[in-house]
Amino acid sequence: MNEHLLSMHDLSAADVTRILDTAESFREVGTRVIKKVPALRGRTVVNFFLENSTRTRISFELAAKRLSADVINFSAGGSSVAKGESLKDTALTLQAMGADAIVIRHSSSGSPLQLTRWVDAHVLNAGDGTHEHPTQGLLDLYTMREKLGRLEGLRVGIVGDVLHSRVARSLSFGLVKMGAEVTLVGPPTLIPPDASAWGVQVSYDIEGVLPKLDVCYVLRVQRERQRLEYFPSVREYARLFGITRDRVALMPEGGLIMHPGPMNRGVEIDSDVADLPRSVIEEQVTNGIAVRMALLFQLLGGAKGEAA
Amino acid sequence: MSARFVFEGGRVLDPAAGDDDVRDVVVAGGLIAGPEAAEGAERIDARGLVIAPGLVDLHTHLREPGDEHKETVATGTRAAAVGGYTAVAAMANTQPVADNAAVIQAVRELAAAAGLCEVYPVGAITKGLQGEQLAEMGEMVEAGVRVFSDDGHPVPTARLLRNALLYVKAFGDDVVLAEHAEDPSLVEGGHMHEGALSSALGLAGRPAEAEEIVVARDLVLARATGGRIHLCHLSSARSVELVRRARSEGIRVTAEVTPHHLTFTDEDLSTYDTDLKMDPPLRSAEDRDALRAGLADGTIDAVATDHAPHAIEEKEAEFDRAPPGTIGLETALGVILTELVHPGFLPLSRALDALSTAPARILGAGDHGGPIEAGRPANLTVFDPDQGWVVEAPFASKARNSAFLGRRLRGRVTHTVFQGALVVADGKPTR
Repeated sequence: MNEHLLSMHDLSAADVTRILDTAESFREVGTRVIKKVPALRGRTVVNFFLENSTRTRISFELAAKRLSADVINFSAGGSSVAKGESLKDTALTLQAMGADAIVIRHSSSGSPLQLTRWVDAHVLNAGDGTHEHPTQGLLDLYTMREKLGRLEGLRVGIVGDVLHSRVARSLSFGLVKMGAEVTLVGPPTLIPPDASAWGVQVSYDIEGVLPKLDVCYVLRVQRERQRLEYFPSVREYARLFGITRDRVALMPEGGLIMHPGPMNRGVEIDSDVADLPRSVIEEQVTNGIAVRMALLFQLLGGAKGEAA
Repeated sequence: MSARFVFEGGRVLDPAAGDDDVRDVVVAGGLIAGPEAAEGAERIDARGLVIAPGLVDLHTHLREPGDEHKETVATGTRAAAVGGYTAVAAMANTQPVADNAAVIQAVRELAAAAGLCEVYPVGAITKGLQGEQLAEMGEMVEAGVRVFSDDGHPVPTARLLRNALLYVKAFGDDVVLAEHAEDPSLVEGGHMHEGALSSALGLAGRPAEAEEIVVARDLVLARATGGRIHLCHLSSARSVELVRRARSEGIRVTAEVTPHHLTFTDEDLSTYDTDLKMDPPLRSAEDRDALRAGLADGTIDAVATDHAPHAIEEKEAEFDRAPPGTIGLETALGVILTELVHPGFLPLSRALDALSTAPARILGAGDHGGPIEAGRPANLTVFDPDQGWVVEAPFASKARNSAFLGRRLRGRVTHTVFQGALVVADGKPTR
């Protein structure tokens, strides 16, 4: 594993397996009365969030705190960034304050990679534009492996606005790396150009794909895209691609429904589907903390050897 | 100009005259002189060097007036001289816009004061580059403008471009409208070539068809009006094919290509290097190869730099926030030699035609582009075709946003003669 986590492409299949195994041992910490281990005592983690996020920021914060690291939250509103300071200057300031790791969420694709050119701290990508969200991808892999016992050979459909989804990219790259079969499903306008180069299949027919899926991974569809002419109406989107109870019935027994949140109930996923037992959406959230603990531990704990 | 000097024993490569021979070139009184004037002149050993007509750039952004933090006429023309250029066409997207004779005259005066390179200001086609109302092109023609462009954008509607093509016919046969061919509705919000890599990098694309649509429209209108269109910085293989066919049908079209589009592909953007962010974007290897073939067979007339200086902090930003463009004046010759001439894709004579003679003809720059004959104005580039060097800051340009930073090039300008004066000697500016 590299000293940063910027993209799923930074990880080998063996790296992914090691991270998921480490996460498994950390998940037990979350079930204790005192949910804390001293692994990263004295290390400083900065949550550098330049785009709104609640669940990812809280998840990283909890992960770092459960490892006993000091955590600083730095958000765009009211910060130097709002006053026009550049990304580089802000990053240098965080570095000067002794950050050991910078967890960055940014609306610009590629900004975590750019950050590594300016700072010595470990950089973790918590979502960059429409590029990647590798910690989300890893927690999704963790959840699939936990529920279905394997990743190799799993048949996973990723449904919806793949074009604008960093989650879909990280998950696709991760699944392909682990030997799963991925099908992207959505209106052709929301499938990235030349996506087949990722080693995935593409389909525009949700009902044809569902009977062959072990996992139906539903992406958030933003109403904003309607204005930008990607599809005629939310109503028609839901009619053609929405995951309804009737459609879920097409899936094999034991097939999972997943969603990265936050959900638009009634658009990409019906309420009664989200609440089915085969929907593991809340477990994804819980697993996210353990996976992020594993990543912080592997990046920061190993560096000086003492914390491990 | 009272300077008198002689380049001894250089290889004179003069595409305008079709010459390629080893001889002495004498400069006296601002002009190329006959051998009799060599007596007592300063001698410059030119053995192993190539002597060519001064390079001419159809596409330079000098940024002044308005964006002097990026570049000025003085620093931009210094970069031009260091790169072997004796004439550049300065794009109109300044502040205020060069859409009237006063701005045109001001830029010319700044250039004359610097005395390093002749500047041909390009006039805007529409007022303020707004794409709504024609600029007063007649007044600018009287002020000596010959090329008009709304560079950065095409003229937005077919109706307006058609009227512009018709209107300039009043000023003779040689006025050219230069178009930045990218359909705005297809490139809005885009930052790189649309394809597998833009999809993987999560960057919105600027598809090749955005260029091809405008190229096709412009060719149709050039045919219908009999007007002259010049297509800036072609980037797509199908654009080259459209131009090739149009030329065979006698449509009055010329085209340029940049050194960076001839060198890089979208694959080079995988590290989000903002110095490689361009409009139009760097495209696929097939596109690049088609551009090379189009330049070699003359479908594309000229190499133009699209020298686009930006301040350090502007380029040192998130990829989607950084402005597009690379500087290019100081590296163009070295890049063309390294990427195209030395590997055998392009004969040196055709390269110099594309860098000098052809653009001088399009620009109407009669004092430039050769031939290198006694009595002609002395505007010359002298270069060592084999000198190796690494592109690095600082540059003579005020900017350092070069797509070629860190690259090793083979071939470098040693002397630039502008209006009979040695403005660059041994690779360094003398003024």
